[in-house]
Amino acid sequence: MNRKLLSLALLGSTILGGAAAAEVTLTIESWRNDDLILWQDKIIPAFEAANPDIKVKFTPSAPAEYNAVLNSKLDAGSAGDLITCRPFDASLALYDAGHLTDLSDLDGMSNFSGVAKSAWQTDDATASFCMPMASVIHGFIYNKDAFAELGLEVPETEAEFFAALETIKADGNYIPMAMGTNDQWEAATMGYNNIGPNYWKGEEGRLALIAGDQKLTDPQWVAPYETLAKWGEYLGDGYEAQTYPDSQNIFTLGRAAIYPAGSWEITGFNAQVDFAMGAFKPPVMNAGDTCYISDHTDIALGLNAASPNAEAAKTFLNWMGTSEFASIYANALPGFFSLSNHEVAMEDPLAQEFVSWRGECESTIRSTYQVLSRGTPNLENETWGASVAAIKGSKSAADLGMELQDGLASWYAPQK
Amino acid sequence: MKKSGIKWHVVVFLAPALLVYTAIMIFPLFNTLRLALYTETDQVRHFVGLDNFRTLFGNAHWSGQFWNALGNNMWFFFIHMIVQHPIGIALAAILSHPRLRFAALYRTAIFVPTILSFVIVGFAWKLILSPIWGITPDMLKAVGLGWLYAPYLGKEEYALTTLALISVWQFVGIPMMLIYAALLSIPEEVLEAGEVDGITGFSAFWKIKLPLILPSIGIISILTFVGNFNAFDLIYTTQGALAGPAYSTDILGTFMYRTFFGFQLQLGDPHMGSAIASGMFGIILIGVCIYLFGIQTRLRRYQF
Repeated sequence: MNRKLLSLALLGSTILGGAAAAEVTLTIESWRNDDLILWQDKIIPAFEAANPDIKVKFTPSAPAEYNAVLNSKLDAGSAGDLITCRPFDASLALYDAGHLTDLSDLDGMSNFSGVAKSAWQTDDATASFCMPMASVIHGFIYNKDAFAELGLEVPETEAEFFAALETIKADGNYIPMAMGTNDQWEAATMGYNNIGPNYWKGEEGRLALIAGDQKLTDPQWVAPYETLAKWGEYLGDGYEAQTYPDSQNIFTLGRAAIYPAGSWEITGFNAQVDFAMGAFKPPVMNAGDTCYISDHTDIALGLNAASPNAEAAKTFLNWMGTSEFASIYANALPGFFSLSNHEVAMEDPLAQEFVSWRGECESTIRSTYQVLSRGTPNLENETWGASVAAIKGSKSAADLGMELQDGLASWYAPQK
Repeated sequence: MKKSGIKWHVVVFLAPALLVYTAIMIFPLFNTLRLALYTETDQVRHFVGLDNFRTLFGNAHWSGQFWNALGNNMWFFFIHMIVQHPIGIALAAILSHPRLRFAALYRTAIFVPTILSFVIVGFAWKLILSPIWGITPDMLKAVGLGWLYAPYLGKEEYALTTLALISVWQFVGIPMMLIYAALLSIPEEVLEAGEVDGITGFSAFWKIKLPLILPSIGIISILTFVGNFNAFDLIYTTQGALAGPAYSTDILGTFMYRTFFGFQLQLGDPHMGSAIASGMFGIILIGVCIYLFGIQTRLRRYQF
């Protein structure tokens, strides 16, 4: 009896499915489980309202399994039409293997800057294979109440930054800066790659390093380590064993005044703090210098080369280049900023603060992500260790530069 | 009646165990050794002979990491030998004392950590030792030893020893139980005969009991050796795959994991990973052989 019902139901669904086939259904592969509601309630209805003959399904898998699941689906030919792209080499490998389509000619692509597209391009930048979605911006989040209490102004220059840290330390009520070195990546991501772009002049230095015109032993690449070496005394007691969640908790509990941050913290922090928060960008050397920020490309969407619905998928990708998509996405996930050139009005004040820097400063991405972390030793991983060593003072900045340069030169031809 | 040459029942009874063991132990082992002889370029796997091993031992970057991991592993094992064994033996000796009360309670309490998951042990100790939320700084201060405290897991000079001691804390129950069993199996007559000759108390332990439990200590040592050189979980849960600070807690297991599966931006390299795994296998094999042929055969056994 049950089986009969089931087969009837199945039969019914096939007929209905057949009827719906006049419309195209697009399936999106993603690792963003967390965004399922956002897609179902906001993004997809907005798109379907504008394109009634295209239906969209968002089918995420677990983040840790995404790469493996996606690869096997692509090999078996059962992957969805649209593929969420990880930045750089993971997606480049998919493109090289013929799984992703070249999207360079898509109209929507014109809404993105070169930096925004760089994470999903071939090394010579001739082909772009994913439509950029969002980036995260680095800077410092601070406790506004603590700053008011101590009569501190938001620091603009490095001298002011260290003066502020000194004041907080002298007062003794707050830990000047909440960061630990136990997990290592914060030191590199929120330390070195946060303040560094001001030294190596953002894209200019990053591209010169890739081209082999600059070396990691050059002053602009070593100096950030010298600055990090001064951070050590302003981190809390026992920062050597302080983990990432420890740092987050110390800051949200109001025990620390400054938190070297990435904008992805905004949602979590908003839910936890009971004081006013503000943000300031990485301090520059002298007042009035051009500022550079790390506006790191994080997520994009590509087209499965084997998709039977390529035309519909391209419609969707073009729509992703519009300001409508940018505004929905950025407001639902404050801290993940649209990569497009549109002006996006955001409601979250902290997110507004972060994104306002784009207008004042030059954007760049983390220096180690493109090309330079392809070999062994892996420059990104080595940078984690080097940043920690700099903060702890266990090695001099010059030595760290030499070590990193030796490691990079051992496999990367332009640096030999 | 003619007897069949093959004892079929032996084959039938052995087959399931042998099949399972072959499928999940022997085959993967040899496949790993085989994988170490290949490499992959442009998504095509091809045979390269011993090239991976040449890279591992010849390239300064790889060999530096390998020797560092091996050295750390040796130290990890050394701490176990000099701390875990004496404490295990002492605990067993105390527990086997006939007039000790609540022996079963102590035995259970000391053995319980052994059955806990590495993840629980790792996180619990990380919290206990944490400079921010941990109870260690306050406890040390309360007894006037505040100056002794350091963020142990974050300091290059202490981290590995601290982790080794955590591992000892977790596993001290195993030598204790094995030696306790060995001590209980020593017949009363032997001890009484010693007493008649005037050997009592401590000297009875050193002269009669210890020689009799040496074979057990040997077995425990080799189990510890194999366990330590295959260790991975504790370091991974507390320090992550990069085995910080500055690779000071990197052991062969974490080095192999990082290489085989990749980490962060580094893509995994199953072939180099297999080469390291083969190296680990070789080291353990040599260690076990030294024990089997050099030590075990010389241990004197006593029959009662």
